Amino acid sequence: MLERVARPVARLGANVIDGIWRIGVMARFFGLVLISSGTSFSRFRLVMREVYFSGVLSLVIIIVSGLFVGMVLGLQGYETLQTYGATESIGVLVALSLVRELGPVVAALLFASRAGSAITAEIGLMKATEQLTAMDMMAVSPMARVIAPRFWAGVISMPVLAMLFSAMGVFGGYLIGVVIIGVDNGVFWGQMQAAVDFRYDVLNGVVKSFVFGIAISVIATFQGYDAPPTAEGVSRATTRTVVTSALVILALDLVLTAFMLRAQD
Amino acid sequence: MERTTIDLWFGAFVAAGFAALLVLALKVGNLGAQRPAETYRVEARFDNIGGLKLRGPVRSAGVLVGRVADIHFDTERYQATVALALDKRYQFPKDTTASILTSGLLGETYVGLDAGGDDKKLAQGDRITITQSAVVLEKLIGQFLFSKAQEEPAAGQ
Repeated sequence: MLERVARPVARLGANVIDGIWRIGVMARFFGLVLISSGTSFSRFRLVMREVYFSGVLSLVIIIVSGLFVGMVLGLQGYETLQTYGATESIGVLVALSLVRELGPVVAALLFASRAGSAITAEIGLMKATEQLTAMDMMAVSPMARVIAPRFWAGVISMPVLAMLFSAMGVFGGYLIGVVIIGVDNGVFWGQMQAAVDFRYDVLNGVVKSFVFGIAISVIATFQGYDAPPTAEGVSRATTRTVVTSALVILALDLVLTAFMLRAQD
Repeated sequence: MERTTIDLWFGAFVAAGFAALLVLALKVGNLGAQRPAETYRVEARFDNIGGLKLRGPVRSAGVLVGRVADIHFDTERYQATVALALDKRYQFPKDTTASILTSGLLGETYVGLDAGGDDKKLAQGDRITITQSAVVLEKLIGQFLFSKAQEEPAAGQ
C-alpha cells in the first residue's frame, strides 16, 4: 500500500529535481556559449551560413503566415467593429495587435518549430555520431565552431522575421480592409499612424522578438547538446525544444508585456 | 574577397529586415508624421479631468495643436493641474478657454482650446484661467432625474 503511494510521489520528486537541474545546467551552458562566441564574430561567415539555414529558409513560412494572420485579423476585426460602427479603426486594430503581440509571438512560435527543432536535431545527431567528440580530439572547440554560430544566427534572425511578419500582416489587413471590404484608404493608414507609436509599439515589439530569439536559440542548442546519443534521445530532444520554447515564449511574453505597459503610463 | 551565394542571401535577409522596420516606422507608425518640434508649456486647472491621459491630444477647432505634458493633483486647491505642451507655430490669446472634451461617445478624451479676443498671447509658463471640466455622465443623469422629480408634482396639480 505504502509502496503504491510512494512510487508516484518519488517519480514526481525526481522529475522536479531533474527539471531544476536542467535549468542550472542550461544557465551554465548559456554562459559557456557567450564565452566561446569570439570565433563567431572573427569568422562571421560561420554565423551567416546558419542565418541562411535558420533565417532565410524560414522566410516563406513567416511571410505566408503573416499575410494570412493579417487577413484573418482584418475579417474578424471588421465583424466586431461593425457592431460599434467603427470600421475605420480596422487598421489600428490590425497594426497594434500585430506589432505589439502577434508579430513577435507567432513568429517566435513558428521559428521555434521551423528552425529550433532543426538545430536541435542537427546538433543531437552530430553528438550521436560522435562528430562533436572528433572535433574536440582535433582541438577544435565544438562550442565555438558549432554551437555559438547557431546561437547567434537565431538571435539575429528572430527580430528580422518578426518584423517581416508584422509588415506582411499589416499588408494582409490592408488587402481585406481596403481592397475587399472597401474601408477608405486614407482613413485606414491615417488612423493607424495616429495610434501606433514608433517607440512604444514598434520598438517594444523588436525588443520582445530579440528576447525570444535568445530564449529559442539557447533552448534549441542546449537540447541538442544535452540529447542522449540515441535515435530516441534525439527525437525526444527535438520535441522538447518545441514544447519548452513555446512555453517559455508565452511566459516571457506575459512578463515583457507587463513591464512595457507599465513603462508606458 | 570571394563572394558566395550565402553572402547574397544574408545581405538580402538583413535588407528585408530593415525594409520591414522602415515600413513599420513610416507607414504603420508615427515616425513619418511631422512632430511638433518646438513647444511651449502652459498650465490649466480643472475641477475634473475625466479620462484625460498623459500625451493625450490638445485640439483647437479640431486641429491637433499640442499634447498633454503632465497631470498632477494640487493638494492645496484640490484641483487637477494639467500642463499642456503647445506647438510654437500656434499662438493663443491670453483669455483662451480650455475644456475637457470627448470625441464621440466612446472616443478619447482631449483638451479643447477656444481662442478669446485678447491682444496678448500665451507664453511659456502662463496659466489658462478660464477652464471647463469634464462632463461626468453619472452626475448629468443624476441632475436630470432630480429636476424631473421636482417637475412631477407641479405637472400633477
